[in-house]
Amino acid sequence: MNELLGHVNYWIVIFLMMMGLYMVIASSNLIKKLIGISVFQASVFILYITFGKITEGSPPIITDNTDVYSNPLPHVLILTAIVVGVATTSVGLALIVRIQEAYGSLDEDDIHDINDNDDFDIKSRSIT
Amino acid sequence: MTHLPVLIVVAPLLAAALIVLLNNRKVAWLITLLTSLFCFYASVSMLEILQEVDVISYTLGGWKAPFGIELRIDALSALMLLILTGSALLVSIYALKSVEKEIPDKNQVLFYTALLMVLAGLIGISITGDAFNVFVFLEISSLSTYALISLGRDRRALHASYQYLMMGTIGATFILIGIGFMYVMTGTLNIQDLSQRLPAVADTNAIRAAFAFITIGAGIKAAMLPLHQWLPNAYTYSPSVVSTFLAATATKVAVYVMIRFELSLFGIEFSFLQIPFDKILVILGTIGILGGSIYAVYQNNVKRMLAYSSIAQIGYILLAIGLASQAGFTAALLHIFNHALIKGTLFMALGIVFFRFASAELSIMAGIGKTMPLTMAAFTIGGLSLIGIPGTAGFVSKWYLVTALLDASLWPLALLILVASVLTLIYVGRVIEVAYFRPTLKGESQLKVPKTMLIALWIFALSNIYFGLNSDISMGVSTLAVNQLIGVAS
Repeated sequence: MNELLGHVNYWIVIFLMMMGLYMVIASSNLIKKLIGISVFQASVFILYITFGKITEGSPPIITDNTDVYSNPLPHVLILTAIVVGVATTSVGLALIVRIQEAYGSLDEDDIHDINDNDDFDIKSRSIT
Repeated sequence: MTHLPVLIVVAPLLAAALIVLLNNRKVAWLITLLTSLFCFYASVSMLEILQEVDVISYTLGGWKAPFGIELRIDALSALMLLILTGSALLVSIYALKSVEKEIPDKNQVLFYTALLMVLAGLIGISITGDAFNVFVFLEISSLSTYALISLGRDRRALHASYQYLMMGTIGATFILIGIGFMYVMTGTLNIQDLSQRLPAVADTNAIRAAFAFITIGAGIKAAMLPLHQWLPNAYTYSPSVVSTFLAATATKVAVYVMIRFELSLFGIEFSFLQIPFDKILVILGTIGILGGSIYAVYQNNVKRMLAYSSIAQIGYILLAIGLASQAGFTAALLHIFNHALIKGTLFMALGIVFFRFASAELSIMAGIGKTMPLTMAAFTIGGLSLIGIPGTAGFVSKWYLVTALLDASLWPLALLILVASVLTLIYVGRVIEVAYFRPTLKGESQLKVPKTMLIALWIFALSNIYFGLNSDISMGVSTLAVNQLIGVAS
């Protein structure tokens, strides 16, 4: 039981990671895929933050009461990774907007069908 | 001069911001050209410095490694820099007319911005001495790449870009997970420091998991065969300038990440003895060579054909690394260099065809050997180099690869390289046959091919011949890099 509860953060990480990856693979809607990848990235953020926790450690602020501190470095690293994650999501959303404009659909199966037709019809596919 | 290592990353980043502020197409192009000229100059002068010292180490903000972030340029990094900045310089000469034609006016400034960001990211990956920095620079270059690909005229470019975004993000996040595991086991992020501390904890599942995550992450970025799905569409539908630059550099940098992590960081002993990574690479490389070449033969779009050919060439590089011998590593690095020249030439020539006909289908290339002799002659040189005809750069690296295979007494694989060369001959031959021996189509395009595009193309094409006849530079740097990697005193 201790194994299970003691590592509860890691279980959450694994659950979120698998859920995110599954959404990316199984869903055919582009927005759902993007949500999946955000969840997947968020799981890695939690993983890093969990790494930084040290048993009995206090927040890394120098005081007289304690000399065991949690490691702040993973938090700083993940701050960068969060920025990257936000940028990825926004680029993805921008692409989705333009895909909606060009294809009139956000379903990957529809897009594949339209793409297959495009191979035979050159005029319809130009967007400029 | 002492600040060159940091300037080579900062210059393209600042120039990218400057371009957006100035917001003028012509000025944007000029700044891009000057920046890549500066970067090329910087990488050549650092290569000269490396003739005397082993490594150039630069500590950012004066914080000493392993606590601060270090830029660390050894011979391998210098080789990558030479490829990156050389391609960037030629591509930016070429870009002027190609971008004017293919990219809508309002997007041209942003196009150059993204191009410089990709360059900055790729340069950053090549020279950083910090594992986390690799992830950050990887994402800088990837995000800009997604934007560049989506600027293709065909609407399928959007979907290709989205697919690449999905695969690329998963790949980069995998690398992030791997770096996290290494950090938690060793408490450091400096690559040099990691390589010293890892052996003590190497026999743990966390490190083995880190190895797996990083390999798969870098494998996705490098389009290692079972993970290559994003590449054909991304190269086919992106603007010519982008496909030229990506084909010459992006996948190679991912292979560099793999080499850097697997060889210098985890160490040869861990990668090849504790984990049978060499065998995995040989198998994946072989499948890549065969699969990529066979797919390429069946393509009717020449750009897509070259994209599959790129996957096959990555296979050659991985196979060479998988031999785990000095000769193998040298062959791999040589092929990274030579393949950049080859694919640069081929995609540029194709870009000029696209410039005139707005299509890269094989059928429209009928008879263009007569109407566009200079372009097609350069394409032929690139094609011969891809096949590996003596006197071209492609021959040198294939020769070293076959020698390395025979040294390892893997003659069936050496035979396979010859079979793959025949397949290459078939798909290159198809294009050359159509271009030279078919009657020209009616309704010939009257557009003149701009001189700047031809100049850039021919510099690429002639360098194929130059490095085929005189491989002193490429061979010298590769040998030096391999000696540093496997720790032999040079």
